[in-house]
Amino acid sequence: MIVNGKEKNLPQGTTVLALLKELGLNQDTVVVEVNLEIIDKSKYQEVQLDQRDNIEIVGFIGGG
Amino acid sequence: MQIFLNEKAFSVEEGETTFAIRDNVKPDADIVVLNGFIIKEDTSLKEGDKMTLIKRGETPTNDELEGLLVARHTPGVHEKVKKATVGIAGLGGLGSNIAISLARIGIGKLILIDFDVVEPSNLNRQQYFVKHIGMLKTEALREILRDINPFVKVETRNVYLDGSNIEESFKEVDIIVEAFDNPKCKAELVNTVLHKLPEKPIVAASGMAGYFSNNMIATKKIKDKFYLVGDGISEAKPGCGLMAPRVAIAANHQANTVLRLIVGEEEV
Repeated sequence: MIVNGKEKNLPQGTTVLALLKELGLNQDTVVVEVNLEIIDKSKYQEVQLDQRDNIEIVGFIGGG
Repeated sequence: MQIFLNEKAFSVEEGETTFAIRDNVKPDADIVVLNGFIIKEDTSLKEGDKMTLIKRGETPTNDELEGLLVARHTPGVHEKVKKATVGIAGLGGLGSNIAISLARIGIGKLILIDFDVVEPSNLNRQQYFVKHIGMLKTEALREILRDINPFVKVETRNVYLDGSNIEESFKEVDIIVEAFDNPKCKAELVNTVLHKLPEKPIVAASGMAGYFSNNMIATKKIKDKFYLVGDGISEAKPGCGLMAPRVAIAANHQANTVLRLIVGEEEV
């Protein structure tokens, strides 16, 4: 699958939550888009990723 | 012949002088500015001169201020800016700067949302004054904006924004600005807006702490209606605090993105 423009090899069926853990990202501070669709935070544990998916993750850091 | 008096076209007789116009139009003016310079001696006017009459401390009328903004922005731009409503979530270093820039360009209406009060530690980067310490940020900012441009409509809400009230709070705005400090609040607002208000543009920010290079701060278009400002890496934490210059750089990237969206420029 493609994550933020880079190819990444993960087992078929990896959930969004597992991907975030793998990347060391906090599920509370990100916006996740799979194939141009924003994934609701409540679905991170359900949505399974496919090898053909294109995933964009925007992480927020503190300060303002 | 024609001159510009207080930014508006004004017809005068050939050979007319500055002080004669003042005595006619605004005899109580104590300052006469001609083409950018304060003048103390009466001067003959030439075609196209720009003359401004000022009475110290006087609030300009809506018409006068409007004339000034039209002259500075070109009329087409001003019309659009005046019709726009912008919602700002969070009135800290980002939000207070963004609100002030938008008020200066004559934005139609601002909806300002924050639950916090002004603390002494805010003064290192937020646009509040010592006299505002302890005051709700919404009320303090309303006061500051009134002093800058009293004709901007300002609505304030003292609420903590979360998934339960975001949709309701922003349903009537044209553009949403994310100006929180906390990364969870940032993500929750952006996620909720992208989900529930997908037709509204949102301009968010992430990464503006410290005194790293100016030029690392950039505006990116992440998605159709989602813009993100910042360097993406400079997190506010002990040893790397938020400071006025860089926060204001990011804030004004956001404010200019809002302005560009208002006039129909959707690319960054």
